[in-house]
Amino acid sequence: MSFDVMLRQLTIGFGQTCLIFFMTLLFSLPLGMVVYFGRVSRIRPVSWIVKIYISIMRGTPLMLQLLVWYFAPYYLWGMNIGGYKLTAILLGCSLNYAAYFAEIYRSGIESIPKGQYEAAALLGYSRQQTFFRIVLPQVVKIVLPSVTNEVITLVKDTSLVYSLSYIEMFAVAKQIAAAQTTVVPFFIAGVFYYIFNYAVAWGMEMFEKKMDYYQ
Amino acid sequence: MSLLEMKHIKKEFGGVPVIKDISLSVEQGEILAIIGPSGSGKSTLLRCATMLEVIGGGEIAYLGQKAEWMENGKPVFPKKQELKKIQSYFGLVFQNFNLFPHFSVIKNITDAPIRVQNRNKEEVYEEAKKILEKMGLADNADAYPYQLSGGQQQRVSIARALAMKPKMLFFDEPTSALDPELTGEILKVIKDLAAEHMTMVIVTHEMNFARNVADKIIFMDKGVIAVEGTPKEVFSSENTRMQEFLGKLSAE
Repeated sequence: MSFDVMLRQLTIGFGQTCLIFFMTLLFSLPLGMVVYFGRVSRIRPVSWIVKIYISIMRGTPLMLQLLVWYFAPYYLWGMNIGGYKLTAILLGCSLNYAAYFAEIYRSGIESIPKGQYEAAALLGYSRQQTFFRIVLPQVVKIVLPSVTNEVITLVKDTSLVYSLSYIEMFAVAKQIAAAQTTVVPFFIAGVFYYIFNYAVAWGMEMFEKKMDYYQ
Repeated sequence: MSLLEMKHIKKEFGGVPVIKDISLSVEQGEILAIIGPSGSGKSTLLRCATMLEVIGGGEIAYLGQKAEWMENGKPVFPKKQELKKIQSYFGLVFQNFNLFPHFSVIKNITDAPIRVQNRNKEEVYEEAKKILEKMGLADNADAYPYQLSGGQQQRVSIARALAMKPKMLFFDEPTSALDPELTGEILKVIKDLAAEHMTMVIVTHEMNFARNVADKIIFMDKGVIAVEGTPKEVFSSENTRMQEFLGKLSAE
């Protein structure tokens, strides 16, 4: 197999990697906020359940979670899981990352000084206004470095879906390597991952710089 | 009718009484200074008056409208709309400013009048600019709080409170975080407000300032009002605790 063909196949796989990456971010970033609100809910059972959920998401391997999300419906209810693979992947990745994001958001929100809430209360801001106008914009700046870390990890974690035989870049690389007995596809895939992450880090750094207008 | 009336206010934290049955009233245009040693409950009293803390007993009223009172041993408040109206009567200037760091100076001042009071944006901006000018901050409208000195930040926070057009202002040790030079800046601003007959309640450690500006002084000690009266009466009081407090101050 020529290098050209290899590159083309890996690029197609990379498209799937990107799909999983962006879809997971799209779901997990807002979902993390919902999880955060559940985590700090005054309704005891809610915060209790969310705490257990976060604990499980962080305490077990993502690969195992993916396998459960994909195969459990079949083993438990005999569901036809034919066209369900991508859904299971996005469900597994999003719920896992939302747990991490929720904890990042929580640390950011808890670091906002009490005085900010008091000043807002004295000026008559409602609870929603206080959160969305005063607290959240400051939280974004605070959590940015931690979120960058998580996003970079996600780029690499997309490779875990090969365990469900989902054809993305990592699975393609493994197939070609086995079939052609060559290590070249691994190198190419590595370069793809590296460049992707470099771009992510650069983008987030730009975003951080943009937030530098205040301290 | 008194602008502010506090009757038999009590407050404790974790079973420790901090305020023990304090009553006071503030008339329109009056300037009340609250002095006393640290831990005497001055700031807590102010936080109760501004409703940042719930009271543990007594009653608070603004312009005769009850703002907080006790029923069956629990603090109760008027309906939301009424409470909002009462809360718009007063502003508070914090010891450590509590400006919004992500807003520019002008936005710190204009955001609440526009978003909370739903006032006309251009009108609010015009007024804010006038207030800034008065405060000597006309050139800092677009700066962010971190770019300003402590004295400038405190002036912005006073401007922010004024932009809401309150009937009275509370100051919680407004100069405690500032060096003597910057303290002078802030005291001048407060004096200017006094000249405009702004009703003010000022918790302060600046004795000379309290003596010169206040109409009435309250000396608090261990959660009670130990001495109260005109500056002249209070500073010439025979109260031993007051004498001790002033003696310690002048011995520095």
